[in-house]
Amino acid sequence: MFASRHFARRLATRSRRWASTHASTPALNQVTEEDLAHFAKILSPQFILSTLGSSSVASSELQPFNSDWMGKYHGNSTTVLRPRTTKEVSEIVKYCNERRIGIVPQGGNTGLVGGSVPTGRGEIIVSLGNMNKVRHFDAVSGTLVADAGCVLQSLTDYLAPHNHIMPVEFGAKGSCMIGGNCSTNAGGVRLLRYGSLHGTVLGLEVVLPDGTILDQLSTLRKDNTGYDLKQLFIGAEGTLGIITGVSILTPPSPQASSNAILALPSFDSLLPLFQTAKRELSEILSAFEYIDRGAYDLSVRHGQGRGLSPEEVEGAECFVLIETSGGRREHDEEKLNDFLEHLLGEEKPLINTGVLSQDATQFASIWGLREGITEAVSKEGKAYKYDISIPLSAFKQVVDATREQLREKGLLGPHAVKEVVGYGHIGDGNLHLNVVAAQYTPEIEAALEPFVYELVGKYKGSISAEHGLGVMKAHALHYSKNEVSIEWMRKIKNLFDPNGIMNPGKVLPPPEHQPLLANTGSATTA
Amino acid sequence: MRPSAVRLLNILVPIKRTIDYAVKIRVNPNQTGVDTNVKHSMNPFDEIAVEEAIRLREKLKDEIKSIKVVTIGPPKAADTLRTALAMGADSGIHIEVPESAPAPEPLGVAKALKAIIEREEEKGGVDLVIMGKQAIDDDAGQTGQMLAGVMGWAQATFASKLVVDTGKKEASVTREIDGGLEEVRCKLPVVVTTDLRLNEPRYASLPNIMKAKKKPIEKISASDLGIDLTPIFETIQVTEPPKRTGGQKVGSVDELVAKLKEAGITAVKS
Repeated sequence: MFASRHFARRLATRSRRWASTHASTPALNQVTEEDLAHFAKILSPQFILSTLGSSSVASSELQPFNSDWMGKYHGNSTTVLRPRTTKEVSEIVKYCNERRIGIVPQGGNTGLVGGSVPTGRGEIIVSLGNMNKVRHFDAVSGTLVADAGCVLQSLTDYLAPHNHIMPVEFGAKGSCMIGGNCSTNAGGVRLLRYGSLHGTVLGLEVVLPDGTILDQLSTLRKDNTGYDLKQLFIGAEGTLGIITGVSILTPPSPQASSNAILALPSFDSLLPLFQTAKRELSEILSAFEYIDRGAYDLSVRHGQGRGLSPEEVEGAECFVLIETSGGRREHDEEKLNDFLEHLLGEEKPLINTGVLSQDATQFASIWGLREGITEAVSKEGKAYKYDISIPLSAFKQVVDATREQLREKGLLGPHAVKEVVGYGHIGDGNLHLNVVAAQYTPEIEAALEPFVYELVGKYKGSISAEHGLGVMKAHALHYSKNEVSIEWMRKIKNLFDPNGIMNPGKVLPPPEHQPLLANTGSATTA
Repeated sequence: MRPSAVRLLNILVPIKRTIDYAVKIRVNPNQTGVDTNVKHSMNPFDEIAVEEAIRLREKLKDEIKSIKVVTIGPPKAADTLRTALAMGADSGIHIEVPESAPAPEPLGVAKALKAIIEREEEKGGVDLVIMGKQAIDDDAGQTGQMLAGVMGWAQATFASKLVVDTGKKEASVTREIDGGLEEVRCKLPVVVTTDLRLNEPRYASLPNIMKAKKKPIEKISASDLGIDLTPIFETIQVTEPPKRTGGQKVGSVDELVAKLKEAGITAVKS
């Protein structure tokens, strides 16, 4: 409780500091009752939630919109608008641009870097959840056009009878929305097979910061006519406009899927195993996920799925979840069986043992182990989540180095950091480094940042492989992008959003950037 | 005291390959049955039966002489036998029927199992049959009882706990009934059918899956056993349950009454 309040206060200090040092960005205005009256002309009353005005609600009702699901970021927005059409979004944005009111676009609010939470600049929240209709689906080409507020799982359900699947899949599929997925360029476990959203998104409909509707909802797979503007909004995290509609290419559903979880005697087996899997399973390999021992134990302890029996787990340093999907069950099973037989038959086996799912229930349970880690981590404590791209060979070194760093600072133990675990997508070189603490504290943050970012920089990696920058990593952008890149990002931002109303404080660092850790450091001594 | 001769037990576990529990069932266009071109796996209740047999061996060690699994089904049903062997059963018997053959009915299955048990006589007989209380595809829930009937054996159905005393040649079975738990004790040989809470089946580990490939599966036909599996029932039509229609909100009691009348619901005449 104390720590979270402390954190919120610190965020507020940050933004004040930004406001004072950040002369080039025009100041933003707070929402007034007058503004509310104007919003009431655009939306029906039940779609406006505000602590202001005559029909005000308690601030607790805004709580779910004002903080992220981990309870790490807290905003103090007074007003949530829930439009149902692109036109309503456009009118809201146009008005806010004229009045210089900040806007935080919000989907399922399942982000991990605070990108969908207000930062205390008096922003309004525009929640896209009411825009939840599928607009069009073409079963021949597999193109799906849907409102931004469609929940990913509902799209999966919609496609199932048409024998298609969504090209992305996340643990948060029951809450996250397709607009937010695109806006954050979310990756997930299917990226290995179907590629990133930069490839699968065919078109977008975006409300630009002046209220103009940019209609690029193309369903064409090939279209080489000029600058590909939609790419700018994929991964912009709502700083260049609000995505209101998405056109996306969906692959046909695999006719057969299998998975197996393998226990590895040591991390050194991981890379040879990945190479063997790629070679022997080739086109049917659809996921190759790494789970270190700590993450596995955490997931099992919090009942996220069933794995191996205790004797099988013994002596395992890490685990791999392999998924295959393809067009013909017999063919795929034979391939997978041969692969596993080969693995076990080696003179020095790369794996200790493993489990191959025998039915759909076991299949889901094995996936539960991997997808449930996020949830298990948040049940265990407060998580510092680093989502980094680094060379595969460095996965373990980075986790170990981080743990060592915390030990040196005396922060390892039940009083501070309970676990340092690593898991992620081997196929994409993406490691999730999670530090699970009893509470969020400035001491832990100071020990981690910029330590982790510098570590990633050393490996020439990315400080954010798939989670985005949000508010958490905006200041650290320079660890992954050089000055010229950042300068041109800034120019693009100013071109689209000269008034700085769109999701302020996210993605781009404040201009005369100082690492914010100086701030945390002083807090430590207090 | 004179030591009683240790009686070694032979366990038979009949299993069935069914449409996977997690698959959404669709009726075929001719309404003669359901779409079977989907993922199949072992009937979940049978998986519990296999698990229970293995747990008995883990508890009673060498007193369990053999665990045999038997299935009746098309060639692909052999996969289901392999799964059971990978879990820990010793050997399998596959009564193979053609892919296009209609699904056998409980009485036919019971008679086929009787024939199998009689065949086993010369190899030491069968002392305990553990099987699922029902298969999730036809939900008949009759085979175990019919088998006990045709064999003239004891039966203990819907078991949630099973304890076998090899010395006394007895099994005590706890059954979940409406009022609580009922414990029955019966002399071997006995047919036990399994309920969901009996155990949680294990996963087949990779080394065991590989070992299972080398375990013996005997393939025979119904005619080898002198059994006719032709169904005696005729399926007339299979339909999906009616789709649920959405609810409606009403503003007042009067509106509610009007809507009810519209739907043909009237007050009970006094």
